[in-house]
Amino acid sequence: MTELTPFLKKLISLPGLSGYEDPVRDVIRETWQPLVDEISESKLGSLHGLRRAAGSGKHHSILLAAHMDAIGLMVTSVEDGWIRVMQVGGLDTRILPGQLITVHGQRELPGILQMIPDRLQKKSRAGSPPEITDLFIDTGLSARELKRLVKLGDLISFAQLPFEMPGGVLTGHSLDNRASIAALTVCLDEIHRTSLDWNVWAVATVQEETGLAGAKTSAFELQPDIAVAIDVTFGKGPGSNDHRAFPLGKGPTIGVGANIHPALVEHFKKAADEMDMPYSIETMPKSSGTDGMGMQVTAEGIPVMVIGIPLRYMHTPLEMVALKDIQRAGRLLARIITRLEADSMEKIFAESKA
Amino acid sequence: MSPRTSSPTSLPKIGPAQIALLERLSNAISVSGDEREVREIVIKEVKPHADDLSVDAMGNVLVICKSTARNPLRVMLDAHMDEVGFMITEDDGDGLYSFEVIGGVDERQLPGKPVLVGKERLPGVIGAKPIHLAEKGELHSPISISSLRVDLGPAGAGKVSPGEWGTFATRFQRAGASLMGKALDDRLGVATLIELVKHHPENIELAAAFTVQEELGLRGAKIAATTLHPDLAFAIDSTPAFDLPSAAKKENTVYNCKLDGGPAIYLADAGTISDPRLIRFLEATAAKFGIPYQFRQPGGGGTDAGAIHKVLSGIPTVSISIPGRYAHSAVLMSRISDWQNTLQLVYAALQDLTPEILASVRK
Repeated sequence: MTELTPFLKKLISLPGLSGYEDPVRDVIRETWQPLVDEISESKLGSLHGLRRAAGSGKHHSILLAAHMDAIGLMVTSVEDGWIRVMQVGGLDTRILPGQLITVHGQRELPGILQMIPDRLQKKSRAGSPPEITDLFIDTGLSARELKRLVKLGDLISFAQLPFEMPGGVLTGHSLDNRASIAALTVCLDEIHRTSLDWNVWAVATVQEETGLAGAKTSAFELQPDIAVAIDVTFGKGPGSNDHRAFPLGKGPTIGVGANIHPALVEHFKKAADEMDMPYSIETMPKSSGTDGMGMQVTAEGIPVMVIGIPLRYMHTPLEMVALKDIQRAGRLLARIITRLEADSMEKIFAESKA
Repeated sequence: MSPRTSSPTSLPKIGPAQIALLERLSNAISVSGDEREVREIVIKEVKPHADDLSVDAMGNVLVICKSTARNPLRVMLDAHMDEVGFMITEDDGDGLYSFEVIGGVDERQLPGKPVLVGKERLPGVIGAKPIHLAEKGELHSPISISSLRVDLGPAGAGKVSPGEWGTFATRFQRAGASLMGKALDDRLGVATLIELVKHHPENIELAAAFTVQEELGLRGAKIAATTLHPDLAFAIDSTPAFDLPSAAKKENTVYNCKLDGGPAIYLADAGTISDPRLIRFLEATAAKFGIPYQFRQPGGGGTDAGAIHKVLSGIPTVSISIPGRYAHSAVLMSRISDWQNTLQLVYAALQDLTPEILASVRK
């Protein structure tokens, strides 16, 4: 069994920005290796773990996708001892002043991300939140030393270390979406000693934050019969209190909406109900904003489900999740998988074909 | 360059022990009005070196180190123990708490920061709502303090009470020649003052004041100076270095002071016209010992000097600050060299001080 908390803490202590997922992929591979029959890497770097169905012949397959890439920053210039940056993924610049970051240069450099102070700002912009061009990194190094150690395109990640809070809550950066990698790992653990009727692809996708590139390409390569995206969703909290947000610790969400096959909604709800597992229905009327939307329109089309883990303060260095929601999401996936039979495809989708 | 009459090697230095002490001071939490944690460190450090030590009604730590001279000058050295932070004002349930900021913290420095809260120093966060949920146009305005909450997690309900304090959770680190940490304003001053008590020059009577509530209006210094009734005073603080990137293409002429420039000697700020005799004396001392220094650009802001020089019948006062970038944010940056040069300049000045200084001409 993988110990959930230390594993997830390790995952969120690692960089692995979109397109540069190596550090986190290595740890996921090492953890998944004993839990799958085969493990490989896609052309873009997504990790494909395969649990084979028992017996020979042709089997249906289900793909479980969780993205492993994280948001962060990239160096755009190194001048006069200052590093200027751009975002990798969606970052609200208003949360950036005063953050401790790590510049991944020739070596890892600690630095402070700050903004041009009002006294050095244009009058019209004084008091305004910073735009990305108002931000800079101070490493405390001399201009010459900095030029030697840092170059354009070097990556910058949040230095925030993970910490636990009472009641089984974990806080840190990149829980979007390493929390779902952990849920996927819980699932692999659960089904480890169970004989399966379907092939199961556990996929840690790349480049979700920058355009779902990993999910689209892995789904195309693996052509599953059903695909499930596991991602974080908005946790209820300050600034997030409407229908789009869900309470921490009250179970995962089951998505409903255009990206999701209606038959899978019923199937997942039934499984959760049978397990007496708390969950919420997450309405995604137009788009899920997850790997699910990429996989749905891949190849000739794939029926998709999106499972959400509620998380507060998404895309900040202090994201917050309840560990039991991760466990529940993993166990729900395991339940679905272990009950898949040779004729499940027909049964699940019978009504929608009628 | 003036000839050196004393080698700088005889002056106190900043080494691993001093940096380790600064680390403890920087990590300690002592928001204005609740300075207990830093006060305990200060008392423990200076007690063995003090001829007299007392804690006054507001919580200032007052230390006397006697002189071997007859009729010595009584010199007050001041550094404030308090830091900016916040007080919990309301329990909103579900582990969320409203708070009011203490001291001049720019609201733009608050979202997305880890904090430590209450007597138990519980870890919490000041979260920010996801960018995905931002309304149209919202990203162009700062996130208002009234929309922010301290979050101790869903199980953190009832864990702290209104009236408890908190501040940023930043842990101190050294990065080469630089120091990064919270509250270096004014723990650098506190650490400097501790060194000066430990190595006090015996030609003067040292009256050291580790003060409270500077960030709320120089309140502790006012009563400390009244109690200590010194002949003259030096306030040791941290002043912002705005030697930073500018949005304008023209030269930055409002840098206040610069990192690597040495101690920043105050000429005038919003609260004080520094005593010119003390300014000239510091200048002369720096030249004599070859210690780099800079003048802080005259302007706004202020230090405990603003309160000290106006008590009793008046106390000639000057401020000397260690330059620090990003004051009143989660993490400041200063240089070890600027700190050492400040310590050495004050030490050298004290060593050379004689009562004649007060008889010299103000120019």
